Amino acid sequence: MSEEFTLKRISQSEWLLEKSGEMRVPGRIFADIQTIEQLQTDVAEKKEWNALRQVRDVACLPGIVTAALALPDVHPGYGFPIGGVGAFDLKEGVVVVGGVGFDINCGVRLLATPLHKEDLSDVLSELADDLYRTVPAGLGSEGKLRLTLDEIDQLLREGARYVVKRGYGVEEDLVHIEEEGQIPGADPTVVSRLAKQRQFRQVGTLGSGNHYLEVQTVARIIDPEAAAAYGLEEGQVVISIHTGSRALGHQICQDYLKEMEQASHRYQIPIRSKELVCAPILSDEGKRYLSAVACGSNCAFANRQVIAHLVRSSFARILSLAAEKVRTVYDIGHNNVKVEHHLVDGTTRELLVHRKGSTRAFGPGRKESPPAYRAVGHPTLVGGTMGTASYVMRGTDLGMEKAFGSGIHGAGRALSRRKAAKKYWGEDVKSAMAADGIILRAHSLRGVAEEAPGAYKDVERVVHAATDAGINQPVACLRPLLVIKG
Amino acid sequence: MIMPFEYLDHTADVCLRGTGETVEEAFCEAARALFNLMIDLEQIAPKRSQRVSLFAERLELLLVEWLSELLVQKDLTDLFLSRFHVDIRQGKDGFHLEGEGWGEPLDPPRHRVKLEVKGVTYSGLHVAHKGKIWIAQCVVDI
Repeated sequence: MSEEFTLKRISQSEWLLEKSGEMRVPGRIFADIQTIEQLQTDVAEKKEWNALRQVRDVACLPGIVTAALALPDVHPGYGFPIGGVGAFDLKEGVVVVGGVGFDINCGVRLLATPLHKEDLSDVLSELADDLYRTVPAGLGSEGKLRLTLDEIDQLLREGARYVVKRGYGVEEDLVHIEEEGQIPGADPTVVSRLAKQRQFRQVGTLGSGNHYLEVQTVARIIDPEAAAAYGLEEGQVVISIHTGSRALGHQICQDYLKEMEQASHRYQIPIRSKELVCAPILSDEGKRYLSAVACGSNCAFANRQVIAHLVRSSFARILSLAAEKVRTVYDIGHNNVKVEHHLVDGTTRELLVHRKGSTRAFGPGRKESPPAYRAVGHPTLVGGTMGTASYVMRGTDLGMEKAFGSGIHGAGRALSRRKAAKKYWGEDVKSAMAADGIILRAHSLRGVAEEAPGAYKDVERVVHAATDAGINQPVACLRPLLVIKG
Repeated sequence: MIMPFEYLDHTADVCLRGTGETVEEAFCEAARALFNLMIDLEQIAPKRSQRVSLFAERLELLLVEWLSELLVQKDLTDLFLSRFHVDIRQGKDGFHLEGEGWGEPLDPPRHRVKLEVKGVTYSGLHVAHKGKIWIAQCVVDI
């Protein structure tokens, strides 16, 4: 029997998946018509994974509040869709491993320099080589910072602060990291020894897949007031670092998938797919997992902090630019679960918000934003695809109201890795980028093919849909000058 | 002809499928599919071996255990494997697996690395036989 999903169009970029069957709340999808048509085609073609079913299944979970959300970069994931957001009542609700995924607190760090893109024209290739040598990336790469088991525990508790104490970066960085780079409640005893052992050689490594390091230029300022608050101006050289919690986060997910699989049975939680294994938020399993996620998140903040330090060392060597001149604009994750306060039907409620392939995007006035950004709202960082644009955006009051203050995280895949690898050659992608003046240094040409810009949705369209829906506002458009891939 | 292992379309990640005449063969092929995502198997010489011993209540869960254990050992020992042997026994409470893999430590640039696999999900998880053919499949996170 074929599945049916009835979508009601609310506005140009907002759709309602009406409540039916076991759904406790409706689904709400912020996306343009092309994305909706793609999701419906996946259903019609009976693809094994479709994002509409994933939105519906999330809407069936106990304690979900208001609606299961999908943002404009939505595509099928496992458990939650990518670009999926689910907020749960603390007492009635569940915490879902598939609402966070393997790469806990995978995210983006944006660094800003006082340089203009012209300053790089003679040294771009040399800078690319130096960054390629300096920042460990790709399968099997090893970091330079080796930690003991005790030191790993400290890192899990203190996050970015721990590596700053070890000389990787400055206090000033911490102010400009989401939650100051240290999520409270991180108890390293809930993380397996195995997870920590897997991390020994991976602190300060970029990884592979869609992770990258890009030196970019601010191509366009769209929101001058917010750009001024963030210290961004046209032509400026900035750096984006996209990576996560590495093997430690992966192992936390693997360990807790197993634990939650048993918990789902124990608590007799009606789940529609085993991808959504979960436990009550207030159960022992739920609390342990949330603490483990805090550890994984802190590991990711520390990882990006170490890489930021390595990037600064490259800029110092090649451009004689002092480390303190390379400023952290912001660092924000897009695979998370957090306890937050939100206004629901006129009442402020404490909710557990899962964001899988979605960032927090709090609008103006929230105390969670760094003081310097509070008036406009903190930046959100939208990763582009190799060779296309990335965006700095910000949250809005409407986004607080409609999307639990959530933002898009990237373009979102359109083609599977297999199809992309069939369609593109790594060398061709590299040449096409070179023709556009973008230098690519990659450890895996197969990875380059799978990550070809054509394998993704058009980031401009995704940004436009989020803007049109009113949930996020673009601040600046960034274009790559050089790309380092794992 | 049936491919010993193959990859099914999944937008964000990869669904791998191993097949064989026995469940053990299907598990071995699923493991080969896993490592082939990271390095082409023909580049991995079977120089050293790695043993694992696992238990799970159900066959499907055993597949997740098997593949995730291989990922863990890869990080701890740096061994990339290309050849496998597996024995599965059904006990009172579930299934026991004794497995061995052969491979060698990562040695770039002789090994041309492809992608890193982050973990093994319950998505698309399926261990069953269709006629005479066993299938062992699941989505792995990239």
